[in-house]
Amino acid sequence: MSAPIPVRTPPRRSATFDEHSIAEIQRAAATGIYDIRGAGTKRKLPHFDDLLFLGASVSRYPLEGYREKCATDVVLGTRFAKKPLHLKTPVTIAGMSFGALSGQAKEALGRGATAMGTSTTTGDGGMTPEERESSKTLVYQLLPSRYGMNPDDLRKADAVEIVVGQGAKPGGGGMLLGQKISARVAAMRNLPQGIDQRSACRHPDWTGPDDLTIKIQEIREITDWEKPIYVKVGATRPYFDIALAVKSGADVVVLDGMQGGTAATQEVFIEHVGIPILAAIRPAVQALQDLDMHRKVQLIVSGGIRNGADVAKALALGADAVAIGTAALVALGDNDPKLETEYQALGSTAGCYDDWHEGRDPAGITTQDPELAARLDPVKAGRRLANYLAVLTMEAQIIARACGKSHLHNLEPDDLVALTVESAAMARVPLAGTSWIPGAI
Amino acid sequence: MITVDLAETSVRDLNQRLHKLPKDTNERAWRVVNPKGAHALVAGLDAPIEVTIDGHPGYYCAGMNKEATVIVNGHCGVGLAENMMSGEVRVKGNASDAAGATGRGGLLVVEGDAGLRCGISMKGIDIVVAGSVGHMSAFMAQTGSLVVCGDVGSSFGDSIYEARLYVQGKVESLGADCIEKKMTPHHLAKLEKLLKRAGIEADARRFRRYGSARRLYNFHVDNVDAY
Repeated sequence: MSAPIPVRTPPRRSATFDEHSIAEIQRAAATGIYDIRGAGTKRKLPHFDDLLFLGASVSRYPLEGYREKCATDVVLGTRFAKKPLHLKTPVTIAGMSFGALSGQAKEALGRGATAMGTSTTTGDGGMTPEERESSKTLVYQLLPSRYGMNPDDLRKADAVEIVVGQGAKPGGGGMLLGQKISARVAAMRNLPQGIDQRSACRHPDWTGPDDLTIKIQEIREITDWEKPIYVKVGATRPYFDIALAVKSGADVVVLDGMQGGTAATQEVFIEHVGIPILAAIRPAVQALQDLDMHRKVQLIVSGGIRNGADVAKALALGADAVAIGTAALVALGDNDPKLETEYQALGSTAGCYDDWHEGRDPAGITTQDPELAARLDPVKAGRRLANYLAVLTMEAQIIARACGKSHLHNLEPDDLVALTVESAAMARVPLAGTSWIPGAI
Repeated sequence: MITVDLAETSVRDLNQRLHKLPKDTNERAWRVVNPKGAHALVAGLDAPIEVTIDGHPGYYCAGMNKEATVIVNGHCGVGLAENMMSGEVRVKGNASDAAGATGRGGLLVVEGDAGLRCGISMKGIDIVVAGSVGHMSAFMAQTGSLVVCGDVGSSFGDSIYEARLYVQGKVESLGADCIEKKMTPHHLAKLEKLLKRAGIEADARRFRRYGSARRLYNFHVDNVDAY
């Protein structure tokens, strides 16, 4: 006879100490340093997927998809600037630095955006000649570090974006690790090659909205009041931040949710600071409406935009345009399954690769290694981005026409319902099948 | 000399007039009166002209200056000559906070005192202050020189990179990674030259030199207390 099999409780994983949490404890204990990575939050959040459009029916009629026009253009910076931006699509390219990205990637972003009649944006590292040349419409960022900032580039830009914060790390500065500091990146930033380059979390010469008003005035004076001035904030207290940006004199406000990507930030920061873009748009729009500035000061939202439905939903909630960063990098070739072997060699896998700060990107995008960067053909990658931008625009148009709208900006909250109580409360639209908006007075 | 009275002309009109000057302009000497705290006065100049301001400008006077010489017969507000590229800015009185912030070139001379964060994030500018400077001066200073003939507030040179700091008076405290360094003949000669260029009478031998210990250049967990 065989021995009796003991009755045992099967192994049970803890919901609190899950696989990721245990691995992080072990990694922290072994290394003594927090995890740094690129990209945005990876946790499950209430998002645009939790909203649905109400297509036209008996009470409303749709537009004929192949015959009736649905316009997509947007004008940004109409409040004070002599030369507002006229874009063909409301999908813009978010700020990403030369340094974080290769020169080839920056050129590809410019090519793709230009082909689709939209704008691209510099980043924390200044403007490169290649970027200016390849981008018909270029927004120049003024960041706390002021790396590469100079009045000549300010005047070459089509708009200026004063960055107060970003969605991945509102309240935080930045760190470009030494391995990505090539001789050219170092020279642009006035720092030695190979050392970590820290970016401050606050601007060096202004603090608070009263000072910001004067700072904006200075930039307007230097550029002879020609360029639209954007103010970008990470989503935390959107009602107050947007109201203060408007009060400070911004032409355009940019609101970046916590899904927005970063080149290099602590994991704990990315995952635990800020709010989802879904929760931020309506308070921001409310602030604009309360100040009678909705559509007069344009609102650009970003953080987790992936497809035309996301674009349409953001616009329906009141945004004038969206910005994409992570999705644009994926369109260029980031996380391509064809590179799976190389991702595995780096301890990752296609679809998960986020060690953008290490500079070993096999796709040649988030690197300064000349051999790796040369893998990215700016012409072909730019074409892929243009294709993707075209699809985003067409998908948003399909939805708008189905809702009977002749312009993407005619989409409105009434066109939306929510699938969950949380998303209904955040987006301030009814729970599907009901007239209930949680929290509405 | 062309005189512009800001009681009669707006800052915007003055700035645009100055911005339109060609590099080889014959209109090289300008005088501005009645500034009365106006912000962004003569910001963004880009020609080798000389502007004298009689009175007290507000924030960002001579911001992003390039090639021009600006002389202020008065006191200046926050962000004097911020991000200056080249040229010279001289203030006969005091300067408020963030004087010379992020400056990338040129010479800034403050004949009085400067406030907090003088030379913050400086990137190549030379700053000479005849008086004292406040707290957090030369924070994250990258390159260039800051010379202080008087005293310095707390956390001087915090998180400094490669900028050179010279102080004649007392330093309340040094910031993270900022240390006193030996004044070599090379540095003494540089300092003497800079003082002479600034027109400030001082004995370079009485100054002490500060700079980066370079311990924070690449992150290491053992230095965590310094961050």
